[in-house]
Amino acid sequence: MISTELIGIWVSAVLTLLIFSFLYKDNPFYKFAEHLFVGISAGYGVALEYHNVFLPNLWRPLNDVSIPLANRLPLFLPFVFGLLLFTRFFEKISWLSRWSLALIIGIFAGIAIIGYGSGDLVLQIHANLLPIWTDKWLTSFNNLLLTVGLITSLIYFFFSKEHKGAFGATARVGIWFLMISFGASFGYTVMSRMSLLIGRVYFLLGEWLRILG
Amino acid sequence: MKDTLIKIFKALDTLDRRIIFVFIALAVIIPLEFPVNFDFSVTAPVKGFYDTIDSLPSGSKVLVSCDYDPGSMPELYPMNLSVLQQLFKKNIKVICTQLWPAGSPIAERALNQVGIEEYHKKYGEDFVNLGFKEGREVVMVSMGNSIPQTFPRDYHGNKVEEIPVMHGVTNFKDLAMIINISGGMPGTKEWVLQVQSRFHIRLASGCTAVSAPEFYPYFQSGQLVGLLGGMKGAAEYEKLVGVQGLGRRGMDAQSVSHLVVFLFIIVGNIAYFALGGKKKRLKV
Amino acid sequence: MRREVPLLICFLAGVFFIMSYFVPHYRVTNISQMANQWAIIVIAFAYVLGVANIARINFHIIQKKDKDWAYKIILVSGLVFMVLLGIGWGIKEGTVFYWFFYNAYYPMQATMFSLLAFFIASAAFRAFRVRTWESALLAVTAVLVMVGRVPIGEHIWKSFPDLTEWIMNVPQLAAKRAIMIGAALGAISTGLKVLTGLERTYLGGE
Repeated sequence: MISTELIGIWVSAVLTLLIFSFLYKDNPFYKFAEHLFVGISAGYGVALEYHNVFLPNLWRPLNDVSIPLANRLPLFLPFVFGLLLFTRFFEKISWLSRWSLALIIGIFAGIAIIGYGSGDLVLQIHANLLPIWTDKWLTSFNNLLLTVGLITSLIYFFFSKEHKGAFGATARVGIWFLMISFGASFGYTVMSRMSLLIGRVYFLLGEWLRILG
Repeated sequence: MKDTLIKIFKALDTLDRRIIFVFIALAVIIPLEFPVNFDFSVTAPVKGFYDTIDSLPSGSKVLVSCDYDPGSMPELYPMNLSVLQQLFKKNIKVICTQLWPAGSPIAERALNQVGIEEYHKKYGEDFVNLGFKEGREVVMVSMGNSIPQTFPRDYHGNKVEEIPVMHGVTNFKDLAMIINISGGMPGTKEWVLQVQSRFHIRLASGCTAVSAPEFYPYFQSGQLVGLLGGMKGAAEYEKLVGVQGLGRRGMDAQSVSHLVVFLFIIVGNIAYFALGGKKKRLKV
Repeated sequence: MRREVPLLICFLAGVFFIMSYFVPHYRVTNISQMANQWAIIVIAFAYVLGVANIARINFHIIQKKDKDWAYKIILVSGLVFMVLLGIGWGIKEGTVFYWFFYNAYYPMQATMFSLLAFFIASAAFRAFRVRTWESALLAVTAVLVMVGRVPIGEHIWKSFPDLTEWIMNVPQLAAKRAIMIGAALGAISTGLKVLTGLERTYLGGE
């Protein structure tokens, strides 16, 4: 009797190889797998939203008679706002969907202002206020480099003034620091992509073909 | 001799990319099949991650947010398993959430594999999976006010107020720390900006190698107490926890593939300069 | 009124969230928590809207028999199949939905992303050209980080990982922090423009 687990491994392996076939060239097998993936992932998301948001956060509380009606009624508002989003499909009343979009955009704008303001702006500037003279020469050197690097990189991004003379030379130093950071990012990106391939090859050789020690 | 070299460089300059693909495939397959197991040292961000969890007293409650999908599993699933191993070994209670829809079954599998099969922990008493919630940063801010209101039911549909491990947990103030395993957005950055800087709770993060460089400023500023970056970060952490997982297993393949890419850069540039440095657009 | 009401909603929602940070009074917190719950529900509907749009667009392609219409049948079938399975029979371990997640969705997504390994290697060989001193600096850093971050780097030179960590903790960090601060200023100004109605592109045309 073939177990569902074994069938599953073979289905996974075949789909993996169909996607890998793109490396040779674009072909109908890859296109089939690509479209199947898009459909399955979209459908998966809807089922998750239904079970994890719609039922526990909206439908069940609305129908729960143990909760006072006064506490349940406000839930109709997000329900209506959610349904209004679907008016986008009907041209004559599509302007109603702007209300729901405005609510989402407004909330995220407010959250972003506070988050970026405190987390990325204030705390990051504070973290870079470092003593340039300490009792360890390496710490002093590193702190100096951090300060110079931050200031020159910020100066590079100031495009309201032409990068000429002393200002241009400072911006040029900033470019060097930026190039170092892009190089580091490239190195880490290579690491990340290779890891993903290692994972799939490990599955094909280890779980499917079972030829890994 | 010079003509031969020019011919070789011209051939390299117009090399079919599928040959490059074969080299990369072999660079991964051969080390996996014949591992060497080079040793490696542990870096400070990973040590910070491990030490912070190690300092927590037994019985503490920790939020583990598994915000990733199958696309980044090779890097993040080993981290996820090792984090749970360290937490359960120390008898720390785990409250698990997900902000990515595809993270739910993955987190459930990790909890079952480590919590139930390996450490024989009891669902509801030692750990709980609250499941996925849509809303990204809004969910984070909402949890800061009330976790039970944000997650009225767990992944299995049970009422959160009836789950023993959730008793006494209202918001982040009732947790010892937050551990985030992040595959992108929403993830580490959003947890730092919306939660750590607002509610001042200890936050440690495991992330993909693509995002790791941009989170070093958070580690330096103390907004992150620890950072695991990519499969190497997972391997270092597995070494500290004492497990032999995919992270450590993949290091040989990682080493060889990196050397191959390094050689490609060198050879590509030698060929380019040998041919006079022509400028043309190439399909990569 | 078709534009003014949404602008007012956007302004009130955003300002209220900002206010809840500075005024931690329980009345403000209670209302902000209620607003959080509403937002979670509306955003979930927005996700479903996106999927419904995918279905609608692909259905039209199938109807008109446009390019690749046969593949769109597979797409729409997969979508409908997963929705019906998930909503009808549940999503937990042991269900058919769960089986399709682990044996179809997971391997396909993981493989899609793993293709990038091949393309980054190809790009490194065919497009990574050191034409200027700045690009040389980028290349040298990339190589030092790539080799230093893997175990073989430590075997080549014992202090290689320390050099890599120094690069990550000092020069790289300084530049990333500058980008972060610049992006934060941009995000704050964009947020303020959206809340005050100066930025209205999300409303679309009339």
